[in-house]
Amino acid sequence: MRRPLLRIVLVFALPAVLVGVWWAASAGSEDVYWPPLGTILRTFPEVWTGERWRGDVLPSVLRLAAGYALAAVAGVALGTLVGSRRRVRAVCEPVVEFLRAVPPPVLVPVIMLFAGIGDTMKILVIAGGCVWPVLLNTVEGVRAVDPVMAETARSYGITGVARLRDVVLPSAGPQIFAGLRQALSIGIILMVISEMFAASNGLGFAVVQFQRSFAIPGMWTGILLLGLLGFVLSVLFQLVERRVLGWYHGLRDASRRS
Amino acid sequence: MLDVRGLRKVYEGSGRRTEAVRDLTFTVGAGELVCLVGPSGCGKTTLLKCVGGLLAPTAGEVSLAGRRVEGPPPGLAFVFQEYGRSLFPWMRVGDNVELPLKQKDMGRARRRELVADALASVGLADAAGAYPWQLSGGMQQRVAIARALAYEPEVLLMDEPFAAVDAQTRADLEDLVRRLWRERGITVLFVTHDIDEAVYLGERVIVLSASPTVVREQFEVGLPAERDQVHTRVAPRFAELRTRVYEQIRAAKREASGAVRKDTPPLR
Repeated sequence: MRRPLLRIVLVFALPAVLVGVWWAASAGSEDVYWPPLGTILRTFPEVWTGERWRGDVLPSVLRLAAGYALAAVAGVALGTLVGSRRRVRAVCEPVVEFLRAVPPPVLVPVIMLFAGIGDTMKILVIAGGCVWPVLLNTVEGVRAVDPVMAETARSYGITGVARLRDVVLPSAGPQIFAGLRQALSIGIILMVISEMFAASNGLGFAVVQFQRSFAIPGMWTGILLLGLLGFVLSVLFQLVERRVLGWYHGLRDASRRS
Repeated sequence: MLDVRGLRKVYEGSGRRTEAVRDLTFTVGAGELVCLVGPSGCGKTTLLKCVGGLLAPTAGEVSLAGRRVEGPPPGLAFVFQEYGRSLFPWMRVGDNVELPLKQKDMGRARRRELVADALASVGLADAAGAYPWQLSGGMQQRVAIARALAYEPEVLLMDEPFAAVDAQTRADLEDLVRRLWRERGITVLFVTHDIDEAVYLGERVIVLSASPTVVREQFEVGLPAERDQVHTRVAPRFAELRTRVYEQIRAAKREASGAVRKDTPPLR
């Protein structure tokens, strides 16, 4: 039973060292903008009370979830359409390349014009930024369906919805998940940015609010919390991916062994 | 059962015309096991794809049980050479075999029955819950055969199915095909570049020329129905047929390399 122990040590070694360095370097700091880590950690439970979780964290997470889900569904659906029709791809490719080159934060003022400053705007901003990696990866994945598999499906009369569900989408699965993973980090960035522009709650709003009211340790706790949120989401993502793409990891391991 | 008349297939692309199949006419009777053998690169796969409705012929026609083949016909199953790319790695063996049946109008219980029966016939009754990539190459090709069997086809097309497995596995799989053919009375069209395999398996052997392909010769094998790897392969009749096919193929290759290739005009 030494190996799991070793793994745990390896996983936590670097974070522990970094926290230790931060702690030691900032201990006794008099600088208002660089409070000691000890102070920040003591402030954490004071700042993030039940009310703040309900009033700031939850709305942020819900908006992220809604925007991300919207982007995932739209990206996979459009990507499948574009990827499986050569004509559609030829027409769409230049436009898609242009649109994805536009930095998503610049959409915030534009979307504000017609969607206001409410949740709709923030969800649209998150979705608008997340959709591109999902879309492009889905297109690539759908295009790359193995020709022998495609012919097998055709020769057995597997067409239409069954072909999509049982052949095309699973085959594109690894690529789609690569896109979803990129989209997740973009989503968190846009969640924060959209809340910094015009908002009355949310994690991004809270961090800006602390900074403006010179509650510097509070601002740092917000940043820590955002980092933790990203970490937790990425772990959750990995769990889902392991489940859905279990076959892919098994196949890769099998071909690596042989 | 299967009628191929005047089949011709020309590939066109970027100013280049390649005549893969020139003029093929042959028939396969119901319940027959016919082997097509030809030099490598002679358009065997093209031919089989035309027969299976996966490619549209340039001229001529293929008909299955009197109906003209225009797309993959329902009474036909395909076993590909690349078993690793023909089975779906995200599905377990049982689901792979069952998938084509879901397109047919039948109940779940009947599907399960067909899957279990097909897997048992190829000796993989226990493997239904495994993923294809957990099995050896020979076992994967057995799964592909089981999938074809469960589909209950009238005609089974096999495109060099054993070219990628080792010699011993290959011998086992050849015997498996013979046994399934005799048990189930399916019509089998088996394409191979291996002369011994063609003679050992077939009731009739059709020898193809080099590309652009025509039929060079065809003959009845006339070996007893009960064949086995040890004795059949040393029978005088086997040696005689083998020599005959060998000579034909050698002649086909010689003609191909001697002939001026008129089928590929220079780039415009």
